Amino acid sequence: MRITLHVWRQAGPDAPGAFERYDHDDVSPDMSFLELLDVLNEGLIEAGRDPIAFDHDCREGICGSCGVMIDGEAHGPHRGTATCQLHMRSFEDGDEIWVEPWRARAFPVMKDLVVDRTAFDRIIEAGGYISVRTGSAPEANATPVPKPDADRALEAATCIGCGACVAACPNASAMLFTAAKVAHLNLLPQGQPERWSRVLDMVERMDAEGFGNCTNHGACEIACPKEISIDFIAWLNRDYLRARRRRSG
Amino acid sequence: MKLDARIPAGPLAQKWARHQFEMKLVNPANKRKHRVIVVGTGLAGGSAAATLAELGYEVESFFFHDSPRRAHSIAAQGGINAAKDYQNDGDSVFRLFHDTIKGGDFRAREANVYRLAEVSLNIIDQAVAQGVPFAREYGGHLANRSFGGAQVSRTFYARGQTGQQLLLGVYQALERQVRAGKVRTHQRHEMLDLIVVDGRARGIVTRNLVSGEVRSWLADAVVLATGGYSNVFYLSTNAMKCNATAIWRAYRRGAGFANPCFTQIHPTAIPESGEHQSKLTLMSESLRNDGRIWVPKTKGDGRPGNQIPEQERDYYLERMYPAFGNLVPRDLASRRAKDMCDAGHGVGRTGRGVFLDFSGAIERLGREAVEERYGNLFEMYERITGENPYRVPMRIYPAPHYTMGGLWVDYNLMSTLPGLHVIGEANFSDHGANRLGASALMQGLADGYFVLPLTIGDYVARTRLAPVADDHPEVRAVETGVRERLTRLASLNGSRTVDSIHRELGRLLWDKCGMSRSADGLREALERLPELEREFWENGKVVGSGTGINEPLERAGRVADFLELGELMCRDALAREESCGAHFREEHQTPEGEAKRDDRRYTHVSVWEFEGPDTEPVEHREPLEFEDVSLSQRSYK
Repeated sequence: MRITLHVWRQAGPDAPGAFERYDHDDVSPDMSFLELLDVLNEGLIEAGRDPIAFDHDCREGICGSCGVMIDGEAHGPHRGTATCQLHMRSFEDGDEIWVEPWRARAFPVMKDLVVDRTAFDRIIEAGGYISVRTGSAPEANATPVPKPDADRALEAATCIGCGACVAACPNASAMLFTAAKVAHLNLLPQGQPERWSRVLDMVERMDAEGFGNCTNHGACEIACPKEISIDFIAWLNRDYLRARRRRSG
Repeated sequence: MKLDARIPAGPLAQKWARHQFEMKLVNPANKRKHRVIVVGTGLAGGSAAATLAELGYEVESFFFHDSPRRAHSIAAQGGINAAKDYQNDGDSVFRLFHDTIKGGDFRAREANVYRLAEVSLNIIDQAVAQGVPFAREYGGHLANRSFGGAQVSRTFYARGQTGQQLLLGVYQALERQVRAGKVRTHQRHEMLDLIVVDGRARGIVTRNLVSGEVRSWLADAVVLATGGYSNVFYLSTNAMKCNATAIWRAYRRGAGFANPCFTQIHPTAIPESGEHQSKLTLMSESLRNDGRIWVPKTKGDGRPGNQIPEQERDYYLERMYPAFGNLVPRDLASRRAKDMCDAGHGVGRTGRGVFLDFSGAIERLGREAVEERYGNLFEMYERITGENPYRVPMRIYPAPHYTMGGLWVDYNLMSTLPGLHVIGEANFSDHGANRLGASALMQGLADGYFVLPLTIGDYVARTRLAPVADDHPEVRAVETGVRERLTRLASLNGSRTVDSIHRELGRLLWDKCGMSRSADGLREALERLPELEREFWENGKVVGSGTGINEPLERAGRVADFLELGELMCRDALAREESCGAHFREEHQTPEGEAKRDDRRYTHVSVWEFEGPDTEPVEHREPLEFEDVSLSQRSYK
């Protein structure tokens, strides 16, 4: 396959960026998109040029490290697929592909396609956990959890924290990310004691990080490599309102 | 080098309880005066950091990812073992212990493995309390599945994402301690050396992967939870950044390296598709529960799997091992797959693959049930290969996956360097010569939640540690050494990329020190490795400088260490004149082609001591004593 890439190059957080063009004549359809970047980078290094920086690690679609905008779509054209799992057979011979970093105020660009996503860690830090000390857990089967609840919690918990939802959203909202964690924990009996403070604290942190709000575009659900449903956002809103009413008493 | 395993006295089942009582304690008010460095945030490192912080220690947590949640534990698919016996099928702590010792081909320490089996119970309780959404039955209780090397169902799972769900539990516990101010996280920091003062590990030197800044960090104890070294083979199921640098640098500072040749080749990975391949993708071992492994009886049969009639298929594992069938341990499943392919029965374009077939399971259980159990794995397979496993059998081939070898530790998980503790895959402790499926998650969490946080207290309580100044000559010397090495790496300006040299190293080790080894092959590798190392330093190429994000520079350092480690692996494989578990020496096999142990001469752990860059390392031995199991020829027939 012949593929032309236009890749966003930016030397550092405050440097101006621009697209650079790279032509490749010998692309195997069995290559993953990141393997194409690898091959491109090997060529750049051999030529003594600075390779394209991008985050990646497991290449199995689970660590959440990778993620770029491909022709304006987060993680590219394939539904339910992280960038590392996207293969070149999804493209046509002769395609021109535009590659950009996630763009959001809360995810500043560090270099080329690498962005800073530590805002997500701070949202989890604000309450995305169940407070249980090591050693103080009761016997695991002491509290049965209805299977539908456990399954639903797992659906939410499959979030890999890649940030595609934010990148896809016109408001750069982190509602799907936050909702997924709130729902995962608040759906389970173990999550009940901290249910109301959790949702308030996490939403507050999310706002403070500079993410926008949800206006029901639904772009996040389409971009999500784990296909997490925006129903969870409705769920988050409901829990948030209930928590607010409780707080105001 | 003195190897004192510090195994507590008394009957096996009482050793841990007794040891917990005998360990010295640190007064709660004093714990906050002690600083502990934890490198790595996978299941072992993350759980250790969170638990140490809960206990009151000041914890500095380092990781090279942008977030603790990205550690490679996240990719574990199949499950986690625990001796809960919820299935009432005869499981017990002793049975899990026994299966693990036997699965490891009698090359692990009894006392450690028994403790692992004991605390497996607490791990499940802990994870469930944290909200880990394990699979459940309709009555709301936890579900189990079977795994290789066991005849009971003791594996807990969350679809094919068990590692992810457990790691998120760990990550959340860690973030809770960040909020409490007890853990300080240092993202995008890579440990490049260990600081040893007066014979004790007192700190690390890191490179900030964003700014390039090199600096030292001091503490009362250092914990390495930096994972395994399968990436020495270049192609493995490990994530791209997994590396041996932290444990290798510690080895060079005096920590003994145990059983480096015990590397596990996983039987069910997706076969390689071409030269561009950057890594191999695992298909969980749990698939062997319902999938049947076979090859065509006719050599070179090029037909698609679903067009080969039943009578022309050889279900070779079921034929050779009727008792365990497709659920034999990993080393056997891998080696038999290699045999079949070497004999010309392999499938796929390269001939290096065997079928893993679900048509029977789909017929028996229905597509929906199969989808519920393995849906995400099937999707992943289809995404990578473009083939639909609901219609055509999967193709699989063995791939490097896990390393049982690692830094030697005693019962307290402390290395031969006082103050340096090593947990999870980075140590050698529990899996002997072969790890059973669903036991890595168990070990990582056992070490991190339940063992290390207690034993480190014992070390701190028994040791008088003088403060080390930031400008202590030893600290400055290590920092300077790291800077000089980085400068040397950054100035490599030959004609070969670091990756191309790494690929060559991987091929060499896969051929000579992979699934099967011979004295001649290992000697050949030992001759070629120094040449390859010279090639790296004379003809390698790195661009950019030490400042700013520079992935080629990061990789160069890791590959330089892999080159040295590869040599130690071959040396160890050559010294161990027997076959056991994953270590298969062609000279030592039974007439049926099974591994033949030599218990009289090799019932020991080989521990290597670094003697200097141009001197051969010295082998020390920790004899293994078995009191509660009898050594037998492993039989899965």
